[in-house]
Amino acid sequence: MTLMDTGTFQITRNEWPTIPILSSGFSERIGPRGLNAEGVETLQVNVGKLCNQACKHCHVDAGPKRTEIMSRSVVDACLKVLRTYGIPTLDITGGAPELIPDFRYLVEEARTTGSRVIDRHNLTVIFEEGQQDLPEFFAANEVEVVCSLPYFQEKQTDAQRGRGVFDKSIDALTRLNSVGYGRDPRLVLNLVYNPVGAFLPPEQSSIEADFKRELEDRFGIIFNNLFTITNMPIARYLDWLRRSGNEASYMAKLVNAFNPATLPGLMCRSMISVDWRGRLFDCDFNQMLEIPVAPDDAGTIFDFDISVLENRRIETADHCFGCTAGSGSSCGGAVSV
Amino acid sequence: MHYYNEEDLERFGDIAKFRSELFEKFLAWYQACQQDGALLKREKALIGLAVAVTVQCPYCIDAFTNSCLESGSNMDQMTEAIHLASAIRGGASLIHGIQSHNAHDKVSM
Repeated sequence: MTLMDTGTFQITRNEWPTIPILSSGFSERIGPRGLNAEGVETLQVNVGKLCNQACKHCHVDAGPKRTEIMSRSVVDACLKVLRTYGIPTLDITGGAPELIPDFRYLVEEARTTGSRVIDRHNLTVIFEEGQQDLPEFFAANEVEVVCSLPYFQEKQTDAQRGRGVFDKSIDALTRLNSVGYGRDPRLVLNLVYNPVGAFLPPEQSSIEADFKRELEDRFGIIFNNLFTITNMPIARYLDWLRRSGNEASYMAKLVNAFNPATLPGLMCRSMISVDWRGRLFDCDFNQMLEIPVAPDDAGTIFDFDISVLENRRIETADHCFGCTAGSGSSCGGAVSV
Repeated sequence: MHYYNEEDLERFGDIAKFRSELFEKFLAWYQACQQDGALLKREKALIGLAVAVTVQCPYCIDAFTNSCLESGSNMDQMTEAIHLASAIRGGASLIHGIQSHNAHDKVSM
């Protein structure tokens, strides 16, 4: 049974359910055995909802007026978990993670543990006060930078992320290239495509070739990989689906495109998500929906017990169709290519 | 009341309520045509959109607009395809003007 089925999940959004309700749910598609984790390879830390942008599709509802950010004590607990268990990857997300006071401390300390550090970066934050040296900071710490750029044209990018974002993003990518990102094999620069509307992403390698050609020909920008990510029907994107009359057709599209071949590679099976207060979740989407990780006795980063979490049963609901449609979707792009 | 209902696109398979073997053959052909081959899916989606506009099928226009977007095309590319199809259609009308000229010439001094 899903949390929806059991009635545990009661939170509403603007008096509507926070997850679209389907007659044939995700739990029926995956069967009675459900989904189980297979280790913890990635600690994904959402350091807060503060952001210099307020994108139309944001599943975090992030924006400049949000005040929820991670404290030093939670940051230190995350670092302790990285050190204690030798978790290979720290994946930092937000909001705009760079805006919290302890961002650079988190990165530098995490690097001393030997973990690979990924930062989910919105590009325009480089132009905020005190952030101009971010490219140099990233390079010095060999941070893998994953940047949001929904399309290689201004019209689509600005429609989703705000007026002027495309031009600033191009300037920021140029700055990242200038310090070696995309050129030096130690400095990985990946981009994220997500649809500007109520449709599924194209085939990843195909649209990556378009991005590489267009960005290099027009702006001289180079990057390593493009990840295609499906828009998740929750939060601000769900608001837009409802306002635009696309909710039912988008959900039907996700359900009809359900691909069981994506199940083994879903990101929730190899990661733990931490919120700004230190609570644990199966993924960033469950975090935003307040669906906590299953074992109650290991619910925060302060009492993290990998022996309990590495084989846990994953909590699912009908928004999970967003990760299993077509080629699948994860923080690393398509799941089943 | 109108003749076209958006929801009917999802009910396309209901055609198979009668003589289902004919619809199955159509579906196999229709789906095979849209796979990557000597042409890419994206190119085929643009051709499909152009034809859909030309035959003025609202279901096909909806379906192939989505196919184009989901294969990575943008509105500039899609609009170019629509213009080409429309121009061919316009040209096809215009060339028949020669028939009129011929008819005129035949009966005129």
